[in-house]
Amino acid sequence: MLKDEDRIFKNLYNDFGWEIDFALERGDWLNTKNIILKGKESIIKEIKDSELRGRGGAGFPSGLKLSFAPKEVGSRPHYLVINADESEPGTCKDRDILRFEPQKLIEGCLIASYAISAHTCYIYIRGEYFREGERLQEAINQAYEKKFLGKNACDSGWDLDIHIHYGAGAYICGEETALLESLEGNKGQPRLKPPFPALVGLYGCPTIVNNVETIAVLPTILKKGAKWFSSLGKPKNTGTKIFCISGDVNNPCNVEEEMGIPLKELIEKHAGGVIGGWNNLQAVIPGGSSMPLLPKSICETITMDFDSLIKAKSGLGTAGVVVINKDQDIIKCMARIAKFYKHESCGQCTPCREGSGWMWRMLDRMAEGDANYKEIELLYDVTKQIEGHTICAFGEGSAWPVQGLLRHFRKEIESRCHEEPVIKKKNNVPYLIDQHLLEKDSA
Amino acid sequence: MSIKKVSEIQPEVFEFDTNNFHKANNEIKKYPKERKASAVIALLYIAQSQNQNWIPLAAIKYVAKILDMPYIKVYEVATFYSMFNLSPVGKYFVQVCTTTPCMIRGAKKITELCKKHISKNEKKLSENKLCSWTEVECLGACVGAPMMQINQDYYEDLDESKAEEIIKKILKDEQPGSGSMKNRKNYAPNKGKTTLTEVKNA
Repeated sequence: MLKDEDRIFKNLYNDFGWEIDFALERGDWLNTKNIILKGKESIIKEIKDSELRGRGGAGFPSGLKLSFAPKEVGSRPHYLVINADESEPGTCKDRDILRFEPQKLIEGCLIASYAISAHTCYIYIRGEYFREGERLQEAINQAYEKKFLGKNACDSGWDLDIHIHYGAGAYICGEETALLESLEGNKGQPRLKPPFPALVGLYGCPTIVNNVETIAVLPTILKKGAKWFSSLGKPKNTGTKIFCISGDVNNPCNVEEEMGIPLKELIEKHAGGVIGGWNNLQAVIPGGSSMPLLPKSICETITMDFDSLIKAKSGLGTAGVVVINKDQDIIKCMARIAKFYKHESCGQCTPCREGSGWMWRMLDRMAEGDANYKEIELLYDVTKQIEGHTICAFGEGSAWPVQGLLRHFRKEIESRCHEEPVIKKKNNVPYLIDQHLLEKDSA
Repeated sequence: MSIKKVSEIQPEVFEFDTNNFHKANNEIKKYPKERKASAVIALLYIAQSQNQNWIPLAAIKYVAKILDMPYIKVYEVATFYSMFNLSPVGKYFVQVCTTTPCMIRGAKKITELCKKHISKNEKKLSENKLCSWTEVECLGACVGAPMMQINQDYYEDLDESKAEEIIKKILKDEQPGSGSMKNRKNYAPNKGKTTLTEVKNA
């Protein structure tokens, strides 16, 4: 188990106060000037050496991302944008960083802004986190007062201004290009990539978008060294991570643990076990709702890191662990997730806009026992037609959980479907519903 | 995408009061001069707070004028984002999260309570015109499930009796205390911490 001294977020439960004076006692803003004076190259190299991977869901190497910003500032200014639009069901880690460790985030912003030559940083917070935004603004003001921000921030010779920008309740704005669109004052609909934001981002300028947790761990990594960070966790999956454990557990909680911790240990030790005991476990969603669920058999041995979860055909995502026990109707749970995606689809790409509604309606029918066997294949077909056919990763995010359900709980679905097809064969096939299947048969 | 109903009763004119005008200018200053449009969400929020928590069409026109934007672009933004109300809501606007993590822990009981005490249907005002409620998607407080948001505040770790107490309070125009209803320390496990037990500040 991770030692307390190795935990980065010591104030995760607000035992010590979030205000800047208490944060300073915890070691925030210590030697920040010296870190910056080491130079951009050295900062980025240290982050690369630490093998930190983005904490927002995709797990992209953070050092590499920072290095994508052009080395020299041309006619266009550079921007750093922090993604605090945390809306993935099962995830509430960034909220605690905003509330209780804001100085870590602000210090990280200064270091990252310097590394990518940005003088302006926007923090995009979801609109529902109004109180958290107020808290962060207060923390930013305190940092300005201490001259850690503004002109010649922290006496490093670098100028930086941080602004908070509220979202207004759109899940899709957590996608980086949708977030930039929203920042520019448009509807949050993702852009086609390339060009990538690192070259053409906010207002057409080079922009690096990073998750709150990724930026908030940077100061500690640079202070304690890349070696310390990479010694935690597993190779290529290094460091610590805040896990959010919710759902059918006795003590739902946020906890910072080492990457690669066994899922069973996480649930039993920190969250007080599954309600009704481990044997009452049905499935676990390991990384926020976009990641396919894992049945109990896999949960016994799986470890929580990017690569082993990908091997199990799921993903670490945001590390929002949702535990579902046998008292729950698993199909209903997934139907609700499908409804979430139907509600949140931005409507730009047809496969996602229409497909997310299809998936929800079919899953709803399956949960009620109104579906027939053929619809299972049809559902799978719909997920395959969404996946990979959309501008952003929302398509995958909505299709994967359904695929996961089909992969692991097909028997459960079949047991509720009935033999007699709702739609009679050959005659009266309504237009659109399974036109393409008919075409496949005749081909 | 959510369906938005634009109110049939609309005020003729809308203008920021002095205080809000000042606030709006501060928001616009956050962005480069030629990028005023970035402040559109912030200005719509200000308009919403000035107008009893909903945005009339006149306010959309007004914001468009301030930001030099076409009316339709501001309208687009106001209809795209779910937090902008285009028809009146209660002084106490209850949003109950019903996405899977909350659903598992019994969000349905809370929506039933809202139906029973506030109004039968979503987004309809209660009899005394003070409250209204709606189901929303994940509010990002899954560890505190089931939860609801009343105006800006989160009410977490609810059970039926606590939720009923809160709803009865707002119906009487009283502000209930927010946060966890289990009296636990933020998102620490409620049976005592398992980590950070030996850390002291500094």
